[in-house]
Amino acid sequence: MREAPILKAAGLSRYFPVRNAFGIKTGAVRALDGVSFEVQPGETLGIVGESGCGKSTLGKALAGIHALSGGAIEFEGEQISQLSVRERRAVAPRLQYCHQDPGNSLDPRWTIRRSLEEPLIVHTRLKAAERVNRIRDLLRQVGLPQTHLDLYPHELSGGQQRRVGLARILALHPRLVVLDEPTSGLDMSVQATVLKLFSELREAFALTYLFISHDLSVVRMMCDRVAVMYLGRIVEISPTEDLFRAPQHPYTQSLLAAIPDIGGRRVTDTFALEGEPPDPARLPSGCRFRTRCPRAVAICAETDPALRPLLPNHAAACLLAG
Amino acid sequence: MNTAIDVLRKLLRDPAAAVGLLIILLLVLIAIFAPLLATHPEAIWDMNPRQRLLPPSDMYVFGTDRMGADIYSRILFGARITMVIASVAVGAALLIGVPIGLISGWTQNWLGEALMRVSDIFLAVPQIVLAIAISQTLGPSIENVILALSVTYWPWFTRLVHAEVRSLKNETFIEAAIALGVPTWRIILLHVLPNVASPIIVRTSIGMGFTILTASALGFLGLGAPPPAPEWGRMIAESREFLPQAWWYALAPGLAIFLVVMGFNLLGDGLRDVLDPRIRRAGARR
Amino acid sequence: MPAPDDNLLDVENLRVSFGTERGVAKVLDGVNLTIRRGEIMGLVGESGCGKTTLARAILGILPSNAQHEAGSIRFGGEDLLKMPRHRVDDQIRGRRITFIPQDPFASFNPLFRIGSQAREVMKWKSPRRPENSGRGLFGFFSRYPRARRKADEADAVEMMRTVQIPRADEAFDKLPHEFSGGQRQRLMIALALMPQPDLVIADEPTTALDVTIQAQILKLLKRLVKERGVSVLFTTHDLGTAYEICDRITVMYAGQEVEMAPVGDFFQRPSHPYTVRLLESLPKPGRELREIGGEIPGLIDPPAGCRFHPRCTHATDICRMERPATTSVSAAHALRCYHPVGATVLP
Repeated sequence: MREAPILKAAGLSRYFPVRNAFGIKTGAVRALDGVSFEVQPGETLGIVGESGCGKSTLGKALAGIHALSGGAIEFEGEQISQLSVRERRAVAPRLQYCHQDPGNSLDPRWTIRRSLEEPLIVHTRLKAAERVNRIRDLLRQVGLPQTHLDLYPHELSGGQQRRVGLARILALHPRLVVLDEPTSGLDMSVQATVLKLFSELREAFALTYLFISHDLSVVRMMCDRVAVMYLGRIVEISPTEDLFRAPQHPYTQSLLAAIPDIGGRRVTDTFALEGEPPDPARLPSGCRFRTRCPRAVAICAETDPALRPLLPNHAAACLLAG
Repeated sequence: MNTAIDVLRKLLRDPAAAVGLLIILLLVLIAIFAPLLATHPEAIWDMNPRQRLLPPSDMYVFGTDRMGADIYSRILFGARITMVIASVAVGAALLIGVPIGLISGWTQNWLGEALMRVSDIFLAVPQIVLAIAISQTLGPSIENVILALSVTYWPWFTRLVHAEVRSLKNETFIEAAIALGVPTWRIILLHVLPNVASPIIVRTSIGMGFTILTASALGFLGLGAPPPAPEWGRMIAESREFLPQAWWYALAPGLAIFLVVMGFNLLGDGLRDVLDPRIRRAGARR
Repeated sequence: MPAPDDNLLDVENLRVSFGTERGVAKVLDGVNLTIRRGEIMGLVGESGCGKTTLARAILGILPSNAQHEAGSIRFGGEDLLKMPRHRVDDQIRGRRITFIPQDPFASFNPLFRIGSQAREVMKWKSPRRPENSGRGLFGFFSRYPRARRKADEADAVEMMRTVQIPRADEAFDKLPHEFSGGQRQRLMIALALMPQPDLVIADEPTTALDVTIQAQILKLLKRLVKERGVSVLFTTHDLGTAYEICDRITVMYAGQEVEMAPVGDFFQRPSHPYTVRLLESLPKPGRELREIGGEIPGLIDPPAGCRFHPRCTHATDICRMERPATTSVSAAHALRCYHPVGATVLP
């Protein structure tokens, strides 16, 4: 029997109105346009897509940083999308958000100690001595020496800052952490170290991850399931290996075809996808990928395909797939 | 981070800023110790017609004024008035302007806009005209000068803080604090305010200079402390009818005002160079 | 090693340092690099390896606190570092060596239309422009003969079409913000190829782009430079991109070049311990990720000798004292290491 999902997203949308010079609304950018999925406890769900697909907006909406225009989020059985600001704050200890560079999430004028204590001060009633113990534990778990407590962020290296940022997020022992582009912009060797750290922390804290990234090779390594997004929608969702071995949606197929494969075929010889994503404020009728899709036919312009299951556990939003 | 001692040390490396700091320190010391430093402390209020309009000498360092009082001693006591007016006016402007700036910068709604429009209104009022209006209605006094100055200066702080808060709100560490569930008041007081402290400090110093200049102008016009208070601006006004023969009469207070304002400006510039965003993230990219 | 006159670019023992407030950063420590005519040379490395500095040195646009301490940059036989400033500015940069920068969103002046920016390039750098037609203040007032202008504009529009900008003739009248990132990189490629250069320096041109757009741009760039026989110095931190487009690859670490090989050899028979560990740290299904312990060193007080030695499992005393000289693993595969690894990393 399967456990209840730790997170359920239903029909999430976020629209940004587009206004002309007079301030009158002429259209909307649908950063999120009806996103639905579930996350099982303990799994790592990857969210991939290129710029403008909405994955960052999704992450921030789940974390409560951005408001939603519509849809519902259920976390650990509790509806959290319609809560007041104060009520939503109470959810924060269990649902955390990790920025692309967690080191940047530290106030540059605060010592490490103060930054690490803050979540404990805000959310718990621990006494000072207990807080210090917690903090020392955290530093140990992220592999930092105790002497760092009284330093400022700029006195640490980038990698150490990152570890402190992570420690702060984990201070409240969250159940689910949204990781937003955790390896973006990192050197290759540093990336390996960071991924290892995330894996270790996942074990140590029994975490569920929502792993948002544009880097498919990293996602393949870290995630149990993957959801592919395009212009505000999930177009395909399946277990990781299934996605890479047998992608069903034409966009996923193009995406995978674009990734260099060292030692294998050259993308520059084989890649075929032309054109660019359409203007998000003026999406094409029917399927939003049809303007670039190599397999588009007439009905693609008429119907906007919904995400439908094709294989057990594997769903795609394409009229022609399966 | 930049503790006060670090700031001081860096400041002293800049010759202009060091000069400014020195002048201000002197001003403060003079204001405090005026009775001890003045050559004729009791006599500043006296009428001494036989000693009137004497040029500078051993006994009267800057000469005497039309009442026969020692100008040097009057300047020293005038420093007190200057300091009081400047500190209270700028202090009040700070206390009004900064919180309003914090609120309007943080809230993205009608309240923020409304507050900014209110500050625009006050900004549009010329200080001197308002001061004249206030003294006409309430009578000339130091308190009314302070009122006029603070009421017209607070928008400068508001605009500054508003802009800083707006840009700070997009910083990653603020967003992270929101995501962590830190209450808004805590974020504003403990994260935002310390980060806008530097521009506020710089503006305060420059504001002091600006305010002293305006206060002197008001004194010159006869608003402000009534005679025989040794207010610098008033002393210049008094000297007008005796120029150019009694040149010392205008020179002394004029020089005093000039030095003090320059001192605050130099200090402000120096502070800006020291406190400026090198603190902002040093993030190493490839 | 290739015969000397096959080399279009020959950087020899280049040593550059930067003066900073915390000390002198030894950014390039005696770097050697060669590029043949018509080849795409990849310059691969992580933060602080010096690849951007090397690119800037070749272009002659190092920052004012840079100190050139030793070495030469020979281009077509002449040392660029000894050439008079005005010749480099006028005839080399933007004409025989052009540049494609990394950030497509910052490389165009947002206030001027694409057409005027392209015209500006062609006015000064067109292959039709006579070599000595006024420089400095005289240049400011020099004429742009109508016939030449028309021919240049026609070339520019043709180039826009070649880089697949939709409706190329209208593109001239558009402002940069009307183009997407991918399109702007195409425009940069066009501007870089219009002067008919011998060498194009592309500084991570696809890093800021999505992977599908990246694939398009790489494909385009490769085709165009091969058609025109233009050499390319392609810097990147992504080995996958290097694999796609490069003929040969040079790896740099902390200001030192450590290995140089044709692309096939590079990925199949990497010999330098750093290269090997780098390839092992790439995520690949079925293989466990291996970290390289330690961190990239700072450049103000770098390790002596081979700068990789603190993190290298093969390091011995001599590695700590003196930087290895260039040795050959095979005809085209060069190395700077005392303890090369004989590994096969990729199938």
